[in-house]
Amino acid sequence: MTRYSTLKLLLLLATATAIPATLARDWKALEEDDLHDRSNPAVGILQEPEEALSVLAPDSAGNKVNWVEAIRQGQIKPRASLYGDNPVRQHDTEVVMKNTLDLPFVLFPHKAHNEWMSCEMCHETLFRSVRDGNAISMERILEGEFCGVCHGAVSFPLTECNRCHSVLRDAVPASISGAVVPKE
Amino acid sequence: MKRVIKTRRLVLLAIIVLPFAVAWAEYADVVINMQAEDKGMSPVIFPHWFHRVRFQCSVCHVDIGFKTKAGASGITMDKISQGQYCGACHNGEIAWSAENCDFCHSGTPGLETGVEGGHKTAGPGYY
Repeated sequence: MTRYSTLKLLLLLATATAIPATLARDWKALEEDDLHDRSNPAVGILQEPEEALSVLAPDSAGNKVNWVEAIRQGQIKPRASLYGDNPVRQHDTEVVMKNTLDLPFVLFPHKAHNEWMSCEMCHETLFRSVRDGNAISMERILEGEFCGVCHGAVSFPLTECNRCHSVLRDAVPASISGAVVPKE
Repeated sequence: MKRVIKTRRLVLLAIIVLPFAVAWAEYADVVINMQAEDKGMSPVIFPHWFHRVRFQCSVCHVDIGFKTKAGASGITMDKISQGQYCGACHNGEIAWSAENCDFCHSGTPGLETGVEGGHKTAGPGYY
């Protein structure tokens, strides 16, 4: 009896400590990140993640930075070319994907992606620019295809379901399906 | 009976200790070690976070030609010194030159090529 209570208590404790650890906005120092060799002379010279990332728009996952917001708020201005003299073509339509079982529909914003990269990053290699022309599935995304090439590796991780599955199923007219929706 | 209790303790210990024991590299850090250690150098640690503060994704992944899969680009020091891959910037003009070996080759020996980071799902594939 006592043993079971202890077990429950410890489980509760583990959960309670795990949750703030996920929410906390902290970054491992390079010499503690299990990658960098502490004896390497560059550790101590290279910039620490905390110095660069703590001043950017906050987020709860990934680098704990909302990278789209960081650009929109003017905190960073990543160059569009090596010498920053070749801005990429801007495209501002949204795509609604309705083949989502009973989950909310997916809304893909071109703008947020386009602020970070040129069209050629995805088209026509990862995604065909054709309505209903891409056999996207969560399985393939989890295997690192389609959205999963970046999301789960460098962009916000695949545990953030609601960020993509963001449109309630009754909020979109039946006429719109896999559609490119011009933004107001 | 004793064995059952032991197993339960082990499982419990794993649940508590595991979150603290896993590697906690910065999200999207890339270990590049396809050739480095074979040629007597430490593995390279590439921090995505540092580079994306300065450049959009397509500068490297479209214009320069880095593949979006760790280990797939076939990067060599020869190519870098000819101005390809890292050498497109790390040429002493846009960024510090590739003569600063330690700045890139700063990884702990034995690391395997791949994308690292703290937030991963437990699903199939690479996660």
